[in-house]
Amino acid sequence: MAKGIRDKVAILGMGCAKFGERWDKDEDQLMLEAYEEAMADAGIEASQIDAAWLGAAFDAQNIGPSGIPLAVALRLPDIGVTKVENYCASGTESFRGAVYAVASGACDIALAMGAEKLKDTGYGGLPVRTRGTTHDMVGITGSAPGNFAQLASAYRGVHGVGKDDLKRAMAHVSVKSHANGAKNPKAHLQKAVTMDQVLNAPMIAEPLGLFDCCGVSDGAACAIVTTPEIARALGKTDIVTVKALQLATSNGWEMQAQGWNGSYFHTTRVAATKAYDEAGITDPRAQLSLIEVHDCFSVTELVTMEDLHISKEGEGWRDVLDGFYDADGPIPCQIDGGLKCFGHPIGASGLRMIYENYLQILGRAGERQRQDSPVFALSHNLGGMPNQNVSSIAIIGRADA
Amino acid sequence: MSEFGILSFGAYVPITRLQRSAIHATNSWFAGGLRGLAKGEKAVANWDEDSVTMALEAARDALQGIDRASVQRVAIASTTLPFADRQNAGIVKEALNLPDAVGAIDIAGSQRAATSALLAALGGNETTLVTAAEIATPKPASEREMTSGDAAAAVIVGTGTPIATLIASHSVTMDFVDHFRETGEAHDYDWEARWVRDEGFARIMNPAIAALLEKAGLEGGAIDDFLVPVAVRGVPEMLAKKAGIGEGAVADSLGATLGHAGAAHALVMLAAALESAQAGERILLASFGQGCDLLLFEVTAAIGSVKPRLGVSGWLARRIESNNYAKYLFHRGLLQLERGARAEHDSKTALTALWRNRKAVLGLVGGRCAKTGTVQFPKSEVSVNANDHTVGTQEDYPLAEVPAKVMTWTADALTYSPDPPSYYGNIDFVGGGRMMTEFTDFAGDALDVGADLRMMFRIKAFDENRGFRRYFWKAAPAF
Repeated sequence: MAKGIRDKVAILGMGCAKFGERWDKDEDQLMLEAYEEAMADAGIEASQIDAAWLGAAFDAQNIGPSGIPLAVALRLPDIGVTKVENYCASGTESFRGAVYAVASGACDIALAMGAEKLKDTGYGGLPVRTRGTTHDMVGITGSAPGNFAQLASAYRGVHGVGKDDLKRAMAHVSVKSHANGAKNPKAHLQKAVTMDQVLNAPMIAEPLGLFDCCGVSDGAACAIVTTPEIARALGKTDIVTVKALQLATSNGWEMQAQGWNGSYFHTTRVAATKAYDEAGITDPRAQLSLIEVHDCFSVTELVTMEDLHISKEGEGWRDVLDGFYDADGPIPCQIDGGLKCFGHPIGASGLRMIYENYLQILGRAGERQRQDSPVFALSHNLGGMPNQNVSSIAIIGRADA
Repeated sequence: MSEFGILSFGAYVPITRLQRSAIHATNSWFAGGLRGLAKGEKAVANWDEDSVTMALEAARDALQGIDRASVQRVAIASTTLPFADRQNAGIVKEALNLPDAVGAIDIAGSQRAATSALLAALGGNETTLVTAAEIATPKPASEREMTSGDAAAAVIVGTGTPIATLIASHSVTMDFVDHFRETGEAHDYDWEARWVRDEGFARIMNPAIAALLEKAGLEGGAIDDFLVPVAVRGVPEMLAKKAGIGEGAVADSLGATLGHAGAAHALVMLAAALESAQAGERILLASFGQGCDLLLFEVTAAIGSVKPRLGVSGWLARRIESNNYAKYLFHRGLLQLERGARAEHDSKTALTALWRNRKAVLGLVGGRCAKTGTVQFPKSEVSVNANDHTVGTQEDYPLAEVPAKVMTWTADALTYSPDPPSYYGNIDFVGGGRMMTEFTDFAGDALDVGADLRMMFRIKAFDENRGFRRYFWKAAPAF
């Protein structure tokens, strides 16, 4: 019986490009920016990397398909480079590839890169794209806000929460993330906003207003992983290990059967339970030090607090309004600004979350550093739509935790 | 004893009623002479409707209580068929989920296409579903823009217990060109109305009506309902007077509430007449177009035994008033608006995939697991049932006529829609089955979770690069 990934793999180095509207950069330049920081952190040479994974969701923008764009951008030494795509969870997917490669013993050192160049479309929001020839005949393409906004109508119905109460809780999510993003020099949006601004913003998809939606950004993030033993042999003393790495993928039950009520993420609940088990966490509300979740929209973050088994079902909105997830609350959520303000270059986001958790655990997060030294940090990276998605969870922590 | 005749009838009128005063308010500076026509309202199809989708709704209206398996042939009559080469009646057949062993025919080319289609069906011996639909694109500021309206109707002809039988008919064909529209052109070109009235309606139809009455051995006074689908004021009365048909027999041409639905209008008026007809009444339907078709029906004692789901009166009552002339112009392609880059998304249809999935796409046929009873859309080899992933057990399960309820919804202002915001969400079918779909014919700005829905066959997207349109089912507030 497999025992899981816990403590088998250590993070040797991480890097993250400045996220935002990087009009002057191609995707390969953004990848290099993240790579150089990660390599300096890891203290290794390119020749020591055995294999690499590239996570990118919209490869039609800028780089094109396959692992070649990463190999060429970094001039990797003819090693295996695999491109992975799992919607917006592609970043954590590339991390999973590298971590599993090391854990299997096939590689000593592996690299995970997540990157996206979204600002080459000529319009705001995510690029419009096909979901397959048959889907396009019977499915809804819609927009991302339109798909996620539906959580709100279902959540209100299921839990009897008033429209204004939910809208206020959603607004609190965004105000909090903007306040956090203002302290992050790499964030796309670094400006604080008020409740009034959020509540009175133009409607994008009922009930999501402009500030309920995350930034659409260019960016890249990179992780270099190895075994804890090799990390120590390379001179690392402060070791951060992978405690859990879980991925749950919808099999169509939510969208096609009638058991799901539309107000939560079935996959996140499954992945969270498995991840806590893998990490040996029995009481996430007490044991998690901080979390980075897939806050593509304010309402997504809000229901995810329940799906991660931190807030009780139907009460996440109250915890949010109580400041439980604020930067100075018991479990800060998006202390770096999250997708909302750090930005959301799709393929990079999962690795960006792990990057922030890694910095926080090592005490390197600058002005936004959490003062009580974090032990377990969770990241949650979601791809798809509420009714059909992939949900990945990575928990990292101090090697001795 | 079984007889051959009309077994059932139905209609369809799009929900939006554009106020003619709103049209004139915009155009009066240019076409002040149309002021006299600037009253009442006209039915205008939504952006996602065409003659095929409207004919399909009329067919559903007529098929209320009728066994669909009894239909042997499907006909569609229209001068505005979406496809010049792809059988339009075949799309109607697929959307009705009829068995493959049926015939189909498209009839076009004249304002009397629908009556010619009906005559052909009445002259045969098959159970034929005759549909007719029209969606007009008149030039802005034209008289036609004021007088036309969009609608559809359907008549089922066959052996059984008819509600009306054809007792006489008469047709004449003469190449009298009162107006024309060449293939591929959007608009009609009209000749002087006075000439059309005097030399056309009067000189062609008066003797034809006399000839029909002689064939039937009847005087004009024997006609109880005189249906003349002509938009020109005074013409039906003039024809009635000449033929000795009583003034009270002249039927309302629905100009004030619907407009003139082109080639479909004859069947729309017939459907309206059959709604209130009494046993023994004689209905004379007289349609004009390069000659004329005259059909004389006698209503049987079975009238009342078959009713359309809504009928013309029911559809006319289902209405949303609109003063938004600009929106109508945009939806007809008569006004170019900046649609934004999101509208550039390519909607190419893989015809191979459409063929494989035609029952799901055109007929909204899902699957039901023979073992667990789980209903799902679309069908799949492995059942979605979480507790029993049976393989290869799914049987066809048509969902188009199954009521549904709103599960989640949104109003999406970001995604491109010709009618923003785009309303869509997850819906649950009563008795099982779930899908995410668009909402259409929706008047307010909010939906309620749990609200009742009825599925409607609509255009999903236009492939402007290749001249193709993709059809699928959407959910409308229940009616």
